[in-house]
Amino acid sequence: MTSSDETRWDAVVIGGGHNGLVCAAFLGRVGRKVLVLEAEEQIGGAGRTHEFAPGFRVSMAHLLNRLHPEVVKALELEKHGLDLSPAHQVPTVALSSEGKPLILTGAYGEGLEGADASEKQAWAEVRAQLFRYADILKPLLARRPPSLDGMDLAASSAWAMTGLSLKRLGREDMRDFLRVLLMNVADFCDEGLQDDRLKGLLAFDAVLGSHLGPRSPTSLLGLYYRLAGELGGAPGAQLVPAGGTGAVMAAVRKAAEAAGVTIRTSAVAAKVFVEKGRATGVMLDSGEDIRAGKVISALNPATTFLELVGPQHLDTGFVRRVSNIRMKGDAAKLHLALERIPAFNGLPQQYRNARLVIASSTDYVERAFNPAKHGEFSPEPAMEITLPSIGDPSLAPTGASVLSATIQYAPYLLKEGWVAGKPKLLEAVLSVLERHAPGIRKTILHSELLTPADIEARYRMPGGHWHHGELQADQMLMSRPVFGAEGYHTPLPGLFLAGSGSHPGGGIFGVPGMNAARRVLGGRA
Amino acid sequence: MNADMTVGTKPTEIAHRLALQPHFRTLRLGTPFQPRVEALSSRQEWYDWAGYKAPSVLWDEELEYFAIRSQAAVFDISPMVKYRIEGPDAEGFLDRLTLRDVTKLRPGRVHYTAWCDDDGHVLDDGTLFRLSDTRFRLCCQERHLPWLLDSAIGFGVEIEEETEEIAALALQGPTSWSVLEAAGCPGTERLKPFDIGTFAHEGEEVTISRTGFTGDLGYEIFVNAGHALSLWDRLFEAGKLFGIRAIGYAALNRARIEAGFIVANADFVTAEHALRSDRVRMPDAIGLGFMVDLKKGYFNGRRAIEKSRANGGPAQLLVGLEIEGNVPAEHAIVYHNAKREVGLVSAAIWSPTAKRNIAIASLDRRYGRPGTADLWVEIYAMRELQYIKMMKRAKIVPRPFIKLPRRIATPPGRF
Amino acid sequence: MKTWDAIVVGAGHNGLVNACYLQRAGLDVLVVEKNKWIGGAAVSRSLTPGFLYSNCSYVCSLFRPEIMRDLDLPRFGLQVISYEGGAVFTRDGDYLANYRDHHAHRREFARFSKKDAEAYDRYARDVTRQCRFIQPLLMRTAPDPTSLKPRDIGELVYLARKFAGLGAREMADTMRFWTMSISDFLDEYFETDVIKANLSLSGIIGTALGPMSPGTAYVLLHHYMGEVDGSVGAWGYARGGMGAVTQALADSFRASGGTIRTQAEVEEILVKKGQAAGVVLSDGEEIHGRMVISNADVKRTFLKLVDERELPEIFLRRVRNFRMRGSSGKLNIALDSMPEFPALPPDSPCVRADLHFTDTVERMERAYDDWKAGRWSADPFLDVVIPTTLDPTMAPPGKHFMSVFVQYCPPKVEGREWTDADRDAFAETVISQIVDYSPGFRDRIVHMEVRTPRELEAEVGLTEGNIFQGELTFDQLLFNRPVPGYAQYRSPIGGLYICGSSTHPGGGVMGAPGRNAALEILRDLKRGTSHMSPAHDVI
Repeated sequence: MTSSDETRWDAVVIGGGHNGLVCAAFLGRVGRKVLVLEAEEQIGGAGRTHEFAPGFRVSMAHLLNRLHPEVVKALELEKHGLDLSPAHQVPTVALSSEGKPLILTGAYGEGLEGADASEKQAWAEVRAQLFRYADILKPLLARRPPSLDGMDLAASSAWAMTGLSLKRLGREDMRDFLRVLLMNVADFCDEGLQDDRLKGLLAFDAVLGSHLGPRSPTSLLGLYYRLAGELGGAPGAQLVPAGGTGAVMAAVRKAAEAAGVTIRTSAVAAKVFVEKGRATGVMLDSGEDIRAGKVISALNPATTFLELVGPQHLDTGFVRRVSNIRMKGDAAKLHLALERIPAFNGLPQQYRNARLVIASSTDYVERAFNPAKHGEFSPEPAMEITLPSIGDPSLAPTGASVLSATIQYAPYLLKEGWVAGKPKLLEAVLSVLERHAPGIRKTILHSELLTPADIEARYRMPGGHWHHGELQADQMLMSRPVFGAEGYHTPLPGLFLAGSGSHPGGGIFGVPGMNAARRVLGGRA
Repeated sequence: MNADMTVGTKPTEIAHRLALQPHFRTLRLGTPFQPRVEALSSRQEWYDWAGYKAPSVLWDEELEYFAIRSQAAVFDISPMVKYRIEGPDAEGFLDRLTLRDVTKLRPGRVHYTAWCDDDGHVLDDGTLFRLSDTRFRLCCQERHLPWLLDSAIGFGVEIEEETEEIAALALQGPTSWSVLEAAGCPGTERLKPFDIGTFAHEGEEVTISRTGFTGDLGYEIFVNAGHALSLWDRLFEAGKLFGIRAIGYAALNRARIEAGFIVANADFVTAEHALRSDRVRMPDAIGLGFMVDLKKGYFNGRRAIEKSRANGGPAQLLVGLEIEGNVPAEHAIVYHNAKREVGLVSAAIWSPTAKRNIAIASLDRRYGRPGTADLWVEIYAMRELQYIKMMKRAKIVPRPFIKLPRRIATPPGRF
Repeated sequence: MKTWDAIVVGAGHNGLVNACYLQRAGLDVLVVEKNKWIGGAAVSRSLTPGFLYSNCSYVCSLFRPEIMRDLDLPRFGLQVISYEGGAVFTRDGDYLANYRDHHAHRREFARFSKKDAEAYDRYARDVTRQCRFIQPLLMRTAPDPTSLKPRDIGELVYLARKFAGLGAREMADTMRFWTMSISDFLDEYFETDVIKANLSLSGIIGTALGPMSPGTAYVLLHHYMGEVDGSVGAWGYARGGMGAVTQALADSFRASGGTIRTQAEVEEILVKKGQAAGVVLSDGEEIHGRMVISNADVKRTFLKLVDERELPEIFLRRVRNFRMRGSSGKLNIALDSMPEFPALPPDSPCVRADLHFTDTVERMERAYDDWKAGRWSADPFLDVVIPTTLDPTMAPPGKHFMSVFVQYCPPKVEGREWTDADRDAFAETVISQIVDYSPGFRDRIVHMEVRTPRELEAEVGLTEGNIFQGELTFDQLLFNRPVPGYAQYRSPIGGLYICGSSTHPGGGVMGAPGRNAALEILRDLKRGTSHMSPAHDVI
């Protein structure tokens, strides 16, 4: 026991990733005495920036494409150093190994370069439709999921707002909205678009981070999720943050500290104390005992319930549902230290800062997905690439470059095991890269490939899943993370959830953390 | 065919599976005692007990009933589902699983218990045998392996279903101990109700508990299937002078109603079987509220049960009824003030021992308290192709309907 | 020249059901059918002497008993017989059987896993609960959620009430169930591959989805909603093949005064002043009617039979986007003796049921991956039945008819049209899988009919050979089926209705679309519907 047992915390937050910090900051701002426990030396979770080769730094999460405006505003993140200026916003380029790339400029393709006129027109319509529909879902994504108990649906503001915006659509648009809601992204794209590169890009964005292919029913939801994000008032915008995502985390940290939150790093939570059927504190792996009125976990729900709390304090059916949460990650992460800035086929100089996507068609993405269902990876993975050192030269030595790529699909449970599989995946990824940026392989000084198994180990994310659980229709809303813990409160009084495993899900969004804080303040036991 | 077709499956596993293929030829299994039961079954009246061929009546229902109350009755309970639960956390596992405090159950003791789902709805009731510090046996009517295994997440415990491996007999009635004494089962005289003992049989240890489903003096004996027949013979040889008689379920059912015991899926619907969400029941609703131990740690359904109690308790209550006249009121509707429907009878007989017309019924909470006046039961008795419809007065009475001092006397006498 | 009260295009089961109800309401109804025979995809034909095939559909479970009773079908010879449970052969020489007896079923599962054996009860209960929720919706017209009409609002309230009646946990379960893949759903109950493969087949039959596609848990329901004499989920054969269903319907129709013309292919549906006025046959003959009801699928009806200029653009766009990719093929085989399956004990009842050779979900999903790439599955999923084991009238004594349903089979082969050589190679793929489990099978074959989506489209008229007249995905169910705004059997053209499986509640030999369409038509005509039974209660 140390000094901390003389302190009585109002709340202890487990996990110093963005959601944990956001939750703590919201609580701190209204005078609650809050302690955040971070297991690693650095806060930020998957958003922290690390040096992966001498002089080369990168973040696991390499892009920012959401971060809820209420979070930014309420926590005054811009005052605390968050730079969301449009200058950092970047376009998206759909690369092509042979032909010309397709370039989506502005916030998610306000402009389209490299397509013919009729496709531009078609895209403008499809884009408007997508944003219109994503807007309808926005309130549902920002609020606590509606409760089914007692069927007080009408009382639930999120539903009501969704209903209202639906009505505003007009009859035919509303019909189309209801029709396409749970559709697959491949069919949706085929209905309105021609250009394979554009369709491939949309398909990739829809399935990124999930165990779905473009032809899987419901995959369009992933695209809505992406487009419901906004930055600096621009829906669909994205930026490569200066200083890496770690700089975003630093701003959130400052906001939390300004709100009076205490942050302890290298403090690994081992157990949640349960006394008389209530969560009353946290025991660290050092044996230290920390008492608090509320315990808030921003960790994965399975870790929270099965390891920190323990099944003996929970009901079997609930434990069963938690064990059934699907959370086997499908994305790997590649970090390359390059001698110089790579040259991608046909990529104009001014777009080197863009998000570069290799997904030449919906079929390409689907073919990349097929093996993942069977515990294998495709020889031709799809990927999203950024060169963060273009916008922030401090991330690499002068003249050199960092390449950061998210690789889809790399199944967490690879049949042959990742020891044997990792070099093969690296080879597959590099040969795809080489095709799109001839000569790149010769410039590699160092490479770091993080498989989902590596991500799990390094970031303490079970399954290496950045959403802390598949973001699919059956694991959304009142089924996220599971029925019985869907409103950020849990069956165990005094214990709350604030991580990406809760509604609405992951990405650097901050909504689970914000909503959890509201739930705690809302007087729920 | 692919070359990888047998990858991952051991040849022994395949051989085991193949050997079991012909089971489809025997839709109703015999228990390990089947040859003996079959030989005594003059009536050849069988029913399906969980996939086993079990006797309804062997010779004469009435005489079989009186064997329970006057001699020594033997009922084959092998079809009871049995789970072996073993491991360092077995106690903690069972304490979280079931309603009663398992830490208070000493090795060598049995208790009658029940377990619930998350919503506090009863999944089943059964008997829990503590065979040693770390070894238990759970006996029940329904099958629960997935529930038990999922409940074991996070506990150091192994669970195995052993229904077919373990044969079991209920030996019930006033002379049951005399039979054991004559059969040479030393130590059984010391067994108090809910005690477990052992005796040797053909070099094996047989487990015996002073338990039963009749409200009478009686024992339950568990033996490995391979020694079942010789144990039967040993008991019947010893029991000759004490009127030992094998019985069928019809007789046992009368005794259990007199004893006030409930049967899953007869007197209540178990939570995993209910299709209609309003049919499930909490322990308080079926007279098992006494098991709910709020002094112990968390157990399945606890929060739901506490919440229900805070809101006034369940909507229904299970009660014993004593009804005018002598016509059994099976499945009759219960009325208040002869017009308002307030419940249903789930089991009813004329009790030969109590000489009363008795029933077990579920009533709306308002009408389920002792002392409720003006309860009526509507009985439809089919007599020569005509219903004789009767409205009979009923009153709520405590269960059991009979109390026999010999049930608890230790040492047991030669009654 | 005669003007009919109603002309039904296509003598498939839904067209006939619809025609029967209209005729019985006092209308003068003509059914026109392009083939020499009637029945559409519910047909029995003799292609080789002595044998009768159920050429397309081959099981009868979904057909609504309310309709059989209303239309007096037993009197016209319809007899549906339950079949035994079935088996999946495993590659290690064993099999997993589905026995009708509850305990035998459990013991069979326990051969593979005691846990799975005991998990089956909870699984069956959960699926039954979902069936009980959905079943009453089959015989109701889907409400239009954008409508403010009292009837639509009433139906929406009915839906909401039924949903609310479930209780919070079951509501959450239902929402999950509808959006889950059958594979993920089964993973929550079972651990054994072959048991999961066995139970997932109902999630994919007839669909262009694999067992790992979200939404296939719902498809499972679609197949489980069938019943044979009140036993929900039971499957059966129609005695005399599936043609017996449509034959009984046709006889019932004629007995009530209806007229059927075969070899009368409709080339065009006549529209005058925005109102359906009759049909033009391929030989140029015009037949006039006050109403036209199309049993053809929604694409054929509106993109081929109706002049596009008569239809609003938004409607056409939605019809064009309606997806009905064929995903299955079929082999009908006449056998000169009963095939042997060495893995089965000689007295196994499983030969009187459906047989499968796909023992893992992964193999099923890989079969689907082939289809997505435009190929037929190299290791296909087969649903094999031998109806002559329960209905000996379909073949000479001692000889047998075997129906082999094959999934997956694409509407085009890698983007090009099917050729006869493709068809033969496809058949060979299927036969060689059967031979793996039934040595000597090839030598027993007397005659074989091979049907790919090409044959289905050419003969039955199903666009792209889709057996459900449209895929069963969320965007094509309930008020979205066939297209939003026209899910109530009507069309933008007055007097033109659709009654086939393209409409709610969808495919399978169910009859509900034809019956529901008749109900809407009679409502429009302000005619009585007392001859139509409401849906049976689910109590």
